[in-house]
Amino acid sequence: MERDDLIVNDSYSVDARHDEAHGKQIRKKIYFVTILLSVITTVEVALGIFIKQGTDFWPVVKWSFIAMTLVKAGYIVLVFMHLGDERKSLRYVILLPYAIFILYLLFIGVTESSHLNDIWLEFQP
Amino acid sequence: MAGEATKAIDKTLLWGGGRSPFSVSYGKMMMWFFLVSDALTFSGLLVAYGYARQAYTGAWPIGEEVFHALPGLHGNFPLIYVALMTFILIISSVTMVLAVEAGHRMDRKGVTKWLGLTIVGGFFFLGSQAWEWSHFIHGSAGYITTSDNEQYFLVEEVPHGMTATDVEGFALISNMGEENESTITGDKATSLFNDRINYVQGANMTINEYGPPQYANFFFFITGFHGFHVFTGVLLNIIIFLGVLKGTYERRGHYEMVEKTGLYWHFVDLVWVFVFTFFYLI
Repeated sequence: MERDDLIVNDSYSVDARHDEAHGKQIRKKIYFVTILLSVITTVEVALGIFIKQGTDFWPVVKWSFIAMTLVKAGYIVLVFMHLGDERKSLRYVILLPYAIFILYLLFIGVTESSHLNDIWLEFQP
Repeated sequence: MAGEATKAIDKTLLWGGGRSPFSVSYGKMMMWFFLVSDALTFSGLLVAYGYARQAYTGAWPIGEEVFHALPGLHGNFPLIYVALMTFILIISSVTMVLAVEAGHRMDRKGVTKWLGLTIVGGFFFLGSQAWEWSHFIHGSAGYITTSDNEQYFLVEEVPHGMTATDVEGFALISNMGEENESTITGDKATSLFNDRINYVQGANMTINEYGPPQYANFFFFITGFHGFHVFTGVLLNIIIFLGVLKGTYERRGHYEMVEKTGLYWHFVDLVWVFVFTFFYLI
């Protein structure tokens, strides 16, 4: 029976098999990332509870939320999803098209909605 | 971890055909491509949410003021429940990556244990989300609108089929969130309530007590679409779990199927990280 999930000529996954010592090393990294993600989430929630929107600190907090989210996303993609261990070419094939497209989408979204907001404020009765 | 991917292979051999130049199997690469397209969908939804919010000229609801309840408890616990949901998803992501790691050691017992725990975590998340939706739809005290188009927020909810006088300590708040915010009690509050045009409580697709209709619509669509992904992920995990129990991957010689569903499961966690920030925190 021909199955597409069977690896016939190339044996990449089978090659990825590792021994107990290597596994210990990987688990150590997993636990490190777990603690890191938990700490960042706790900090985010604490900031969200104690810093109110519209206060002087808010813009700093808002951008730090976005920065912390990107750090969390980076660890999930590169460590949990092992993209960091893949070949460089695959990394770029996954990340570059996505990044270009989303930066463009963000740009037009922010520009247009800000403009729309201005117009509505101006012509509101 | 990906042994083959870290090997130094001559470029002409790598790109000369007859092998994957990325040193990944067909299935894994296609899972990655699918996840990129899915990530674009979710990004589109979140950008659309940001667009609606940025263009809106009134006051947009704030996460910690909308989501501040815990099941079975009274009081104000801003964001605690959402934080709990986030932790559930992070922990189930960790158990998944441990299952993948056990798979690389051909440790069937380890895969069974960690994948099983991942499925349990998935069910916990789905249950939490069901409660949150229910709470969001039923809402809290709500507000009334009067014939002069003013909004008065209730301090205590008036249950269906009851009148204001049935509720002990009935009071209304006028000019909510503004400088001249004030509380109205006694007969004036009761008569305002009796002359109301509309009593808005909770949320549906056309009106909600939290803010503009788009807010609830985006809540339902984004968290609903994410919840559907979690549901699909749990189903996939169960299917793979059955394969592990039957020893399918043991016979096949590798646990790559666990790795592939693992990718999907981590992606679900990844999306939640962004939903958490852009919908609840900011």
